[in-house]
Amino acid sequence: MRHFVFEVRESLMIALRAIRANKVRSVLTMLGIVIGITSVVLMTTAIKGIDNAFQSGISALGSDVLYIDKWAWFGNVDWWKLRNRRNINMDHYEKFKAQAKLPLAVAPVINSRQTIKYGDRRVESVFLNGSTSDYLATTNFTFDLGRFYSEIESSSSRYVAVLGSEVAKNLFPLGDALDKAIKIGGVNFKVVGVLAEQGSFILGSFNPDNQAFVPIGTIFKHFLGQSFGSITINVRAQTPALVEETKAEAEGIMRKIRGLSYHEENDFSINQQEGLMSNYNQVVGVIQVAGLFITGLALFVGAIGIMNIMFVSVKERTKEIGIRKAIGAKKRTILGQFIFESATICLLGGLIGLLLAILLSMMVEQFLPTSVQYDAVILAIVISLITGVVAGFAPAYTAAKMDPVEALRYE
Amino acid sequence: MNIINIEHISKIYQVGSEEVHALADVSLRINKNEYVAIMGPSGSGKSTLMNMLGCLDTPTSGKYEFTGVNVSQMSDNELAKIRNKEIGFVFQTFNLLPRSDALHNVELPLIYAGIPSTERKERAAQALIDVGLGDRMHHKPNELSGGQRQRVAVARAIVTNPSIILADEPTGNLDSKTGEEIMLLFNEIYEKGNTIILVTHEEYIAEHAARIIRLKDGFIENDEIVASRYIPNFKSTQDN
Ligand SMILES: Nc1ncnc2c1ncn2[C@@H]1O[C@H](COP(=O)(O)OP(=O)(O)OP(=O)(O)O)[C@@H](O)[C@H]1O
Ligand SMILES: [Mg+2]
Repeated sequence: MRHFVFEVRESLMIALRAIRANKVRSVLTMLGIVIGITSVVLMTTAIKGIDNAFQSGISALGSDVLYIDKWAWFGNVDWWKLRNRRNINMDHYEKFKAQAKLPLAVAPVINSRQTIKYGDRRVESVFLNGSTSDYLATTNFTFDLGRFYSEIESSSSRYVAVLGSEVAKNLFPLGDALDKAIKIGGVNFKVVGVLAEQGSFILGSFNPDNQAFVPIGTIFKHFLGQSFGSITINVRAQTPALVEETKAEAEGIMRKIRGLSYHEENDFSINQQEGLMSNYNQVVGVIQVAGLFITGLALFVGAIGIMNIMFVSVKERTKEIGIRKAIGAKKRTILGQFIFESATICLLGGLIGLLLAILLSMMVEQFLPTSVQYDAVILAIVISLITGVVAGFAPAYTAAKMDPVEALRYE
Repeated sequence: MNIINIEHISKIYQVGSEEVHALADVSLRINKNEYVAIMGPSGSGKSTLMNMLGCLDTPTSGKYEFTGVNVSQMSDNELAKIRNKEIGFVFQTFNLLPRSDALHNVELPLIYAGIPSTERKERAAQALIDVGLGDRMHHKPNELSGGQRQRVAVARAIVTNPSIILADEPTGNLDSKTGEEIMLLFNEIYEKGNTIILVTHEEYIAEHAARIIRLKDGFIENDEIVASRYIPNFKSTQDN
């Protein structure tokens, strides 16, 4: 054991001396590993970032919420078929609400993109949701300020609005949004609440913090005629376990309301976060495989560079190997020495790569909520060490099995 | 006591289709605290014999007993251990590690022997003091003269207290005065009770030894005790 510690320490010193003696060569050799490790770390960091963004975005949707819609989020229904479906209107919603027994909450939703102004501040293209006061119960909203609009406000289509955090931040940098009169698409509304930040949604341009919520009647009145556009019915199950049952009930009721006979297919879709999730996993899966391939390639090229330079190093130091063997170095000592040297070069390269990745990820952070995590650091260190050991093995083995007499004779 | 006992050793090199008999049926005994010079013309097998005696090489046939242990069938690792503990080498071309200072070069066999750092440094420093290089411990080989480099090599050879010191033309790369200084060092080591085997071309170097073995074409031509060996004295090398 003590033997081993001395040999390791000796190996480290030899390695550092050898690296110092050939600075330029060592740095050039490291470059491959630096690039490889940088890409490994950036890759994991980016994937983590996409994941974080998506998770926080998707959790805003709620896993126990069904979205009854004319449009299907995913699936293989032809676009023109969806296009030809009848709209879902408020009448359908009223009937559905009256008949459905299982849901915790049911809310109609219709959307519009509008500009919101306060004084000379303005936010363009805000995702404006019209719904009823029941909408709140279909979400996991928490409030920074105020409240959601009440049942009376919603049923009598009062001009009250709830703002997403980003909208509120842009219009009211001082955070004094409550009770202020704003203009949504030119119409006066009073702010009654501001939502807490939810985090950005990565797929598509949808940003849950760039929304506003008003009673659905005001949308029909000012922003589109009731005959245009199809509403979505948001249905929240009582518990996640009851989602499937709630969905089955919803499908039955909708078919009845829409007057479909048993051989006709659904002319509506019941969307779920789950569909989004599996779609997302496919996308991320592709990114991961591509990333793995690219980083694997970079590391492979780096490893070949290391192996090559280690072979050169072994050849150059044949005499040294002979000397060491003559005075008692065993095979495994020589083997260890050169593997150690290769691992040290790779580890140094890995650490440089890690540093580079941390700097680069600070730039990535502008777009994705992410930073280099512990596991990426550990991954970088482990991978560079493994690369070093694997790449160093063949050269080290050649060194270890050299004949001492031949090696000493080498000039 | 026999330190070295070789019986009917031969070493054959295959060069193309030709066999080169570097050593042909050599038998030899060397006792503790002998001072042996091996002489012979170039190509007579001196280095081959030294490599064999130093467990760097294994014979094609024959038996080699070192301190009573048969080493002709040993594995590479066992031989490495014997070289480390029992044998001190001094080469014609010094063979020091160029990037390490004198102290570390002398420490090296102790590292492979698993000696702890403080003891190692003390022993290496003492060995350097013994060869007169107490003030050059942190010099790299290229910062030392040829004679000084060979002294470092001698210090490295004696630092483990080996059973024998093997020196293959230790003065071959030195001028005669510097060579004489090294021979003075060997004399001291010998007089402390060590066993020394050295290869040389020069009669006046061989005369330092108490026994001279002459090789020719791979066999022992002559093996004789020197009646009155030349004993170098301190003064003769320190006068300027
Ligand atoms: N690796 C080898 N392959 C082939 N032949 C070899 C090898 N090593 C030595 N020989 C041959 O063995 C013979 C003895 O060589 P050795 O080196 O022992 O001679 P030497 O007595 O040390 O000579 P010198 O005084 O020139 O050093 C020579 O003929 C040499 O050519
Ligand atoms: Mg020779």
